[in-house]
Amino acid sequence: MTAPLLLRIEHLTMRFGGLVAVDDVSFEAADRQITAIIGPNGAGKTTVFNCLTGFYKPTIGMLTLRRPGGATFLLERMDGYRIGQVARVARTFQNIRLFPRMSVLENLMVAQHNKLMRASGYTFFGLFGLPVYRHAEARALDLARYWLDRIGLTARADEEAGNMAYGEQRRLEIARAMCTEPVLLCLDEPAAGLNPRESAELNELLLFIRDEHKIGVLLIEHDMSVVMKISDHVVVLDYGRKISAGSPTSVRNDPVVIRAYLGEEEDEALPPEVETDLKFGA
Amino acid sequence: MAAIGAGAERQLSFGEMIRDAAAVALVALGLALPLVGFQTVDRGAGMILETRFGAMFYAVGVIFVGRFVLGLIDAGRGRPILAASGAFSAAWVLNAIFDVAPPIEHVTLGWLTWLVAMTIALRAWFVLRRGARPAGRDGTRAGALPAVWLERVGRLVVPAALTFAVVMPFLPFADQRLVDLGILVLTYTMLGWGLNVVVGLAGLLDLGYVAFYAVGAYSYALISINLGLNFWETLPFAGAVAAFFGVALGFPVLRLRGDYLAIVTLGFGEMIRLILLNWDDLSNGAKGIGDIPRPSFFGLQFTAAPREGVAAFHEYFDLDFSPIHRVIYLYYIILILALLTNWFTLRIRKLPIGRAWEALREDEIACRALGINPTTTKLTAFAIGATFGGFAGSFFATRQGFISPESFNFIESAIILAIVVLGGMGSQLGVVVASVVLIGGPEWFRDLGTFRMVAFGALMVAVMIWRPQGLLAHRDPTVRLPAAPGRPP
Repeated sequence: MTAPLLLRIEHLTMRFGGLVAVDDVSFEAADRQITAIIGPNGAGKTTVFNCLTGFYKPTIGMLTLRRPGGATFLLERMDGYRIGQVARVARTFQNIRLFPRMSVLENLMVAQHNKLMRASGYTFFGLFGLPVYRHAEARALDLARYWLDRIGLTARADEEAGNMAYGEQRRLEIARAMCTEPVLLCLDEPAAGLNPRESAELNELLLFIRDEHKIGVLLIEHDMSVVMKISDHVVVLDYGRKISAGSPTSVRNDPVVIRAYLGEEEDEALPPEVETDLKFGA
Repeated sequence: MAAIGAGAERQLSFGEMIRDAAAVALVALGLALPLVGFQTVDRGAGMILETRFGAMFYAVGVIFVGRFVLGLIDAGRGRPILAASGAFSAAWVLNAIFDVAPPIEHVTLGWLTWLVAMTIALRAWFVLRRGARPAGRDGTRAGALPAVWLERVGRLVVPAALTFAVVMPFLPFADQRLVDLGILVLTYTMLGWGLNVVVGLAGLLDLGYVAFYAVGAYSYALISINLGLNFWETLPFAGAVAAFFGVALGFPVLRLRGDYLAIVTLGFGEMIRLILLNWDDLSNGAKGIGDIPRPSFFGLQFTAAPREGVAAFHEYFDLDFSPIHRVIYLYYIILILALLTNWFTLRIRKLPIGRAWEALREDEIACRALGINPTTTKLTAFAIGATFGGFAGSFFATRQGFISPESFNFIESAIILAIVVLGGMGSQLGVVVASVVLIGGPEWFRDLGTFRMVAFGALMVAVMIWRPQGLLAHRDPTVRLPAAPGRPP
C-alpha cells in the first residue's frame, strides 16, 4: 500500500562546530501513517526533530512538507514559530514542556492561539466582547473538551497542569499539540517514563489520532513495545546516519540494526569512542 | 495548670526561665550600650558625647520582660498572657490616637514597647491556636491561603475598597493631605498595574519602567505647552509616544530573559533620564519644565482668578474657592485612569493575547512549537505596559505642574517593581494592597522620624518570611470549562 507522501527529508546534515550530529539523512514520512525514528542514545533523533520544527537551522538539506491539499512548504526556510502556525507541524518534547502554572484547559486554549487571535480581531473585538469572538471561543472550548474527554482529564480541566501525574502530563502535551490541528504530529519519546498500562493507553491514543484524525505521526521512541506495535514504517539512525529503514519486522531482523544496538565481536578490538573519532574525522 | 501546647516536650522551670531571660537581656545590654547608651550631639563647639542610660535600661528591661513572657507562653500560660498583652497593646494604640497621656516621652521607646506587646500577643495567639488544633497541621501555616477563603474575602473586599475609593474625598476626615496621599497611592497602583502586564503576565523582568513614566510626563508637558492641547487631548499622544518607546526598548531585548533583561532595562531607564538631563534644547535639562497646563473640568479652570474669558470651577458652580477642588478633581482623574488600566488588564488576560503572555512566561520554547509568534507577543506586552506608564506620567506632569529628570530616578522603578512583587506577581488586588502598604506605609510611619525606614525594612522582612510569594499570590484560571457538555467538533 502506498500512502500519499507528507514529509520528505533530503540530505539533512546538522553540524555543531566540529560535531556532526546528523549526517546526510534522507527519509520520507507518509500521510496517515506512523513513522518511527529509533536509534541508540545520541544517534541524532532529537536533532532531526529540532531541524524539522525550526529550532535548528539545518546546515545542509531540504525538508519538504506536502499537505494533503497540495500546498508545499520548505520547512528549512521558515521561522521557528511559522512551522507550527502556517505549515501546521506540531511537536511534543522529550522533557515535557507544559505551561505548569496554567490550568489544563488553558494549556489547550493557548494551543489554539492563532485561530483565536484572528477571531478576536487581534484583541480589538475581543476587548469589547463582540459575538464573533465569543463564538470562536465557544468552539475552541468544544475542541478542548473533545481532547480532554479523549485523554480522560475532563474532570481536572481547571487544575494546574503542573499538578498532573507524569503520564497525564504526557497525554496532555499530545492533546495540546493536537489542538493546533496539525497535519503532522512529531512526538519525542512519548512513552518515556510510562508504566505498561499507560504505555498501552498511549498506543491506543496514537492509533486513534492516525485513524480518526487522518494525519501523519512522526515518532521518536525507545520503547520497542510501542514502536513495534503501532508504527507503519521505521527509520533507524546511528551516529547521525541512517542505517536502516523499512517495516517494523524487517528492521527488527536487520543485522545492521542488531549490531548498532548490541554491538558485535569485531568491535571489541576498537573501543566505541575511537570508532566515533574515526567516523567524525573522515 | 495543664499544658496547652501539645508540642512542648521540654518545659523550662521558673528559675530557668528567669536565667534565660537574664541571658538575653545581657546580650541586649551589650548591644544597647554603644547603640542607645551614648549619643553624639553637635553643640556648635564640636561634638560631645551624651549618655542615655535611662532609655537604655528601659529597652533592656522591656526585652527581659518580653523574653520571660515568651517562656511563660511556651510553658502553657498562653491564655492570661494573650489577654494581658492584647489589652496592653490596645490601650497603647487608643492612648496614642486620643492622646490622653504620653506614657513615655521617647517616641521610639514607645513604639518598641508596643511592638514587643504585639509580638507577645501574636505569639500567644499562634501557640494557643496550634495547641487547639489536631497535630500535623502546623505545616500549613507557611503555605498559600486557601483559595476558597481568598475568593470569599475577595468578593467582599473589592466592592468595599472600590466604594471607599470613590467616596473617600467627601468623607469627613478627608483633608487635602489625605486626598493628596490618595492620589499618590493611586498613581503607584496604576503604575503597578501597568508593570504587572510586563512582569506579572509576560514574565519580562523590567527594571526601567520609570523610563516610560518619564517619557509620558515629558511628552505631555511638551505637547500641551507647544500645541496648546488640553489634558484629555494630549493623553492619547503621550500614551502613543510611550508605547513607541516600549517597542523601541523591546526590539533589542527580545532574546534576553531574566537577569540579562533586567540589566538592559535598568540601563534603558537610566539612558532616558540622562538624555532628559542633558538634552537642554528639548527638555530644558536639570532645570526641568514648569508651568505645565493644569487639567480643566470641561473647560472650567481650578484657579482663584482665572484668565479673561475663562470660567472658573468655583464661579460656575457657585462655590467658595478652595484649593481642594482641584486636588479632588485630580484624585478622580487618576482613579478613572487606574480603573481603566485595571479593566483593560483583567479583560486582556482572558483574551488569547493575555493567555499567550502567560504561556510565554511559563515556557517560550513550547510557545514557539505551538506556532505563537514570540516577537509580536513580547512587543505588545512592552507596548501596553509602556502605554499605561505614559498615561501615569502625563497625570504626574499635570498634577505637579513641574517636571525634572530628578523625579524619574531608578528608585522609582524599584518601588514600582516592589509593589508588583510584594503584591504577588500577576495579582491585581495584590498591587492595590502593596501600593497602600509601600506608599501609604512610609507616610503612616512618619512619626517615627529617622526610624521610618527601619520600620519599613522590618515590614519587608516580615513579608519575606511569611509570604515569600507575595501578599496575594493566587492565580485564577482565565477560563473554566463550561458545565454543559459541548457539541463534538
